[in-house]
Amino acid sequence: MDWAVFIVAAIAILAGAVGVVTSRNPVHAALNLVLTLFGVAVLFVAQQAHFLAVVQVIVYAGAIVVLFLFVIMLLGVDQSENLEVEPLAGQRPAAVGIGIAALAALLLPILFGKWQWLSGQASVVGPAHTGTDPNVNRLAKALFTRYLLPFEATSVLLVIAVVGAVVLARRPLSSERRAETVTEEP
Amino acid sequence: MLDIVWLLPALPLLGFGLLLLVGRRLGDPRAGWLATTLVAGSFAVAAVVCAGLYLRSPHDRVFVQTLFDWIPVGGLHIPVAFRVDQLSITMALFVTGVSTLIHLYSIGYMHGDDRFPTFFVYLNLFVFSMLMLVLADNFVLTFLGWEGVGACSYFLISFWFERNTAAVAGKKAFVTNRVGDFGFLLGMFLIFAHLGSLDYGTVFGHVSSLSTSTATAIGLLLFLGAVGKSAQLPLYIWLPDAMEGPTPVSALIHAATMVTAGVFLMARIHPILFHGPDTLTVIAVIGAATDFYAATIACAQNDIKKVLAYSTISQLGYMFLAIGSGAYVAAIFHMITHAFFKALLFLGAGSVMHGMHDEQDMKKMGALRKWMPITAGTFIVAWLAIAGVPPFSGFWSKDEILINAWDKSAVLWAVGAITALLTAYYMSRQVFMVFFGNARWQEAADAKEPQEAEAQAEHEPAAAEGTADEHGGKDEHGAHGDFRPHESPWTMALPLVALAGLSAVGGALNLPINKSTEFLTKWLEPLFGSSLHEVTASTGTKWLLFAVTLVLVLIGIGLARAVYLAHRIPEDDLEPSVLRHAWYFDAFISALVDGPGRLLGAWTAYVFDLKVIDGAVNGVATLVRDTGGTVRRIQTGFVRNYALAIAAGALALFAFVVFRTA
Amino acid sequence: MTVPGAWYLTLAAFLFVIGAVGLLVRRNVLVMFMCVELMLNAVNLTFVTFARMLDDIGGQVIVFFVLVVAAAEVVVGLGIIVAIFRRRAGATADDISLLKG
Repeated sequence: MDWAVFIVAAIAILAGAVGVVTSRNPVHAALNLVLTLFGVAVLFVAQQAHFLAVVQVIVYAGAIVVLFLFVIMLLGVDQSENLEVEPLAGQRPAAVGIGIAALAALLLPILFGKWQWLSGQASVVGPAHTGTDPNVNRLAKALFTRYLLPFEATSVLLVIAVVGAVVLARRPLSSERRAETVTEEP
Repeated sequence: MLDIVWLLPALPLLGFGLLLLVGRRLGDPRAGWLATTLVAGSFAVAAVVCAGLYLRSPHDRVFVQTLFDWIPVGGLHIPVAFRVDQLSITMALFVTGVSTLIHLYSIGYMHGDDRFPTFFVYLNLFVFSMLMLVLADNFVLTFLGWEGVGACSYFLISFWFERNTAAVAGKKAFVTNRVGDFGFLLGMFLIFAHLGSLDYGTVFGHVSSLSTSTATAIGLLLFLGAVGKSAQLPLYIWLPDAMEGPTPVSALIHAATMVTAGVFLMARIHPILFHGPDTLTVIAVIGAATDFYAATIACAQNDIKKVLAYSTISQLGYMFLAIGSGAYVAAIFHMITHAFFKALLFLGAGSVMHGMHDEQDMKKMGALRKWMPITAGTFIVAWLAIAGVPPFSGFWSKDEILINAWDKSAVLWAVGAITALLTAYYMSRQVFMVFFGNARWQEAADAKEPQEAEAQAEHEPAAAEGTADEHGGKDEHGAHGDFRPHESPWTMALPLVALAGLSAVGGALNLPINKSTEFLTKWLEPLFGSSLHEVTASTGTKWLLFAVTLVLVLIGIGLARAVYLAHRIPEDDLEPSVLRHAWYFDAFISALVDGPGRLLGAWTAYVFDLKVIDGAVNGVATLVRDTGGTVRRIQTGFVRNYALAIAAGALALFAFVVFRTA
Repeated sequence: MTVPGAWYLTLAAFLFVIGAVGLLVRRNVLVMFMCVELMLNAVNLTFVTFARMLDDIGGQVIVFFVLVVAAAEVVVGLGIIVAIFRRRAGATADDISLLKG
């Protein structure tokens, strides 16, 4: 049963990822991204991270991808990109090379069963699935006691992000329009 | 009593300063009297200091007075310190003595010159420098004096700089000296490198720690300095040209004091020379060679001062021959007697020129003893002294040198002896041409007279004003037909007489009769110690050598008489043009500098400097620029390339971190 | 039987590499952004896997924060893109190369 879930989710994830990378149309890419995100959410549930799975769907698939689609729609970035041509010399081969090297570097420890090289100590913060508390409780306990300060800091971060977005995306005031003489011609 | 030694250089320095400030206001002749008085004061101080030194026991005669620390730099400490010992005080005595007489002489000689006070400024500065040279307690202070006399020599030789030949001669003297000074400097560097000090006391105390080759090297380098300053082969070329300066300058600087600085230096560094004896051989050989070479040239010169110039070079050769034979006392003895008679000869020549309306060509003189008796008399005394006729001083000093040379090598003695013959010959030649024989100047004037009388009638008014001669002194000479040589004023005659007296009896300083009459040897022996050569020839040999030299001298005088008085041998036979042109040495050097020297300069400037040095510097810049130009192509401006680079870097880091724990 | 953690890690590795290659190869700015999201998801998956393997809730806490920051990042990033596209439409990543040396 677990295996079936895993296999299906894995296929969904990989298909979506490849789809994002190879889609000509950005809208298609966004939709493929949603597929990947859903797959990841499923795997979160399989690993007993229920809260995160829900949050993943709501925030990532629900808000972020929607945001992407909004921008695509507003700005008309839906023109297809010509994937045949690569203007920068050597970029593709180099990218593929790095990809293969990265894959090797990441998989080798796993294949040799030495994933200890990649991980840390057990139960530094608190138990994840021993005991009887539900996942949400455990997460909340860690978050609101030990990691309270980062939590508050992220709230500040969100405020900054909002302010930043507003400032960046608004139409310039009439006084600024006269000051804008910058051209970006190369 | 010895504490006043600092006054010795201080008085002429004071004179220099005062004359610099108010000399022009004092004018002619008060500036001259001020300068003379101060130098005479120095002489008095020297006498007092000498007495004080004499009163000490013979082995305690070293006194060092330190004034202040001049150069304190790291491990190098150079104080301004004076060293009073037998050698330095002897030098100081005769330097100040002869200088006083020459200052007095100059008051008369330079009378009427526009720049009369300036002359005495330079003279006083010269005496100061010379005293610093002689009294210094370390090499650097000596070098200060060394350079100072060189600079003053430049000023004084080109004193009448409006004359192009004088300006050129001054430059030549300075540049040639510089070549020698280069050797002096290198010698100093070597000493400091090996012994860590430039103080005479320290250096001479530790000479034995030097290897023989180092001592020889140091000796040779310092000797190079002496070769430049004392006009030996091959750096003698400046001295004959230096006759462009006023005659008192020639007397003081080039006969009596500055040129002897080289001999003094060699005497000073006798421990170093003793430790590297090959240097002594080199010194002796060069001394003997210069001796002979210069004497041959003097035999064919017609300018009264040029004869004396080459004679000076030759006599200096004798002194170096003495040093090379280890006979330091003989060298100093000859230096002193030479100072007397050579100064006298120059001053006498100046007196002759003054009386002959600045004529310098001996062919136009003759029979002057009738008109200038004092000058003639003193000149003859000097002649006998330099020729080496007993009992005048030159005989004793020259023979002492020759005996020591015999001990070193018979060949050197032979060269010295033959040169004695030549010396007698050319000096007699000079005396006969100038003071005896026919009055050639009168014959020349008489021949011109008929034409002159006509010209006179037309140019009366102009002629009556007289022509300004260099001294501005108006005419006792009158118009051309009335020319008469005349004797010099008392300020010029008195020094002549004084020097004549000294030349006559100067031999008494070191008569070789027995130990008790050898005053100079007794005085200087404790200073030189084992460096001083003990004569090994037997008394019989000594008398034989005396006799041989005397015979050669008489032959020389006789030969000159035969040519120039009795006219039995024509003059031109004995005056080949190669000698008149000084073996074409000057021409050789000019050709060398103009040809290969110029090529070398051009090559250095246009090839080496431009291509190699500029090429290296520019090459570095070009290299950097080209490297930058190549490397900057990494900055494509494309974000994706940068992302690629980041990815690669991150991957490398990751791999490193992970796999190092493996 | 549960799937061993190694499989999850392998999957995450593949996802990450695909995202990285996509970032380097694509020119459209928004697609590049999406590839960044892929990489972030791969990392999230890895952390959650380790949380399970090591029995540590800390892994999930980290994912929580990653999620928050990713959201903020997307907001600001898209704002920038909007600002750029206002100047000229149809800009791609290659068009901004003023810093060429």
